[in-house]
Amino acid sequence: MASNKAARDGEKIWKTNVDKVNAELVTLTYGTMVAQLCSDFNHKYGEVNQQLDKMGYNIGMRLIEDFFAKSGVQRCGNLRETAETISKIGFKMFLNITPTVSNWSADNKSFSLIFDENPLADCVELPNDGRAQDELWFSNIFCGILRGALEMVQMQVEAHYVADVLRGDETTEMRITLLRYMEDEMPPDDE
Amino acid sequence: FLNSSCFDLLLIEMVPFAYRLAQQLTVERSGANTQVDDEEQREAVFRRLDALGYRVGQGLVERFSRDRPRFTDTLDMIKFLCKDIWILVFRKQIDNLKTNHRGVYVLTDHSFRPFARMSMSSPSEALARVQPFLWFPCGIIRGVLAGMGIEATVQAETVELPGATFQIKTVTTNI
Repeated sequence: MASNKAARDGEKIWKTNVDKVNAELVTLTYGTMVAQLCSDFNHKYGEVNQQLDKMGYNIGMRLIEDFFAKSGVQRCGNLRETAETISKIGFKMFLNITPTVSNWSADNKSFSLIFDENPLADCVELPNDGRAQDELWFSNIFCGILRGALEMVQMQVEAHYVADVLRGDETTEMRITLLRYMEDEMPPDDE
Repeated sequence: FLNSSCFDLLLIEMVPFAYRLAQQLTVERSGANTQVDDEEQREAVFRRLDALGYRVGQGLVERFSRDRPRFTDTLDMIKFLCKDIWILVFRKQIDNLKTNHRGVYVLTDHSFRPFARMSMSSPSEALARVQPFLWFPCGIIRGVLAGMGIEATVQAETVELPGATFQIKTVTTNI
């Protein structure tokens, strides 16, 4: 899918096909949850990141259905198309943002999403304990969501943040690497 | 504005997430061999979701009651909850509000948003399983009221999906 077409489709879906909710409500709920997690795990931020990722993974597996139902997107032919679809349709229709796809690796198997804006992190400040700035990935739920959602379309990916403006970095950047396309395999515990 | 699916999905996942955490934290605190008692776990999950809702509720009042006229009395505040807050969070108003005029308010929502897409083969099992999904909203109600200076206890129940009833008992009022 060409990049402009994806952008147009994304815009259209956002405008016509999506029931909306106040962003502050979501930001407040998510922020409160992260704060609760930090205190639960005594500010062991590695653990917090992991929990957010896991939560995202479960959400991603459900979100993909909603994505297809509302977008009518067809199967992508390659990872570049997938990346465009994620940015211009996926992020657009759920969060009304369009992160930039860039920094492709030479083998075309990994790319970055650069976020100019992030509704989850609006008005957020990380705890000033000298560690959160280095250890916490506040929006880590997104990594899980992508991983979960893509797994449902037979793509195993690894996703992690490499920079976040909340930490004082210049940009917010997520790195996504395709590990493999999964064959149609039976879920392990299913009979 | 964001896609309402974001909030719906977050609300749905919050419950299993709270169960996982309650389990994991109990094990971490008291050793790997601890048997987690069902009742205890339920209680822990309830506390976690209620506390989360409470804080969110307080935040909501702070942000969304600024531009409205001062509240005249408790009923006025309850109405704010049934209308403004409910629309904000659940995208519709409360359908029915009853009060005994002595501090008890019963709010009925005939099609509670979080239940809109839930169904189960056996209705009785469904009612038991949706209970935890009411805990976060109860917390929100308590938090919203607390933000306006009303201490209250909130109990929720559902007799038939997708309806839900919230009973608010105010403890003290400042007005």
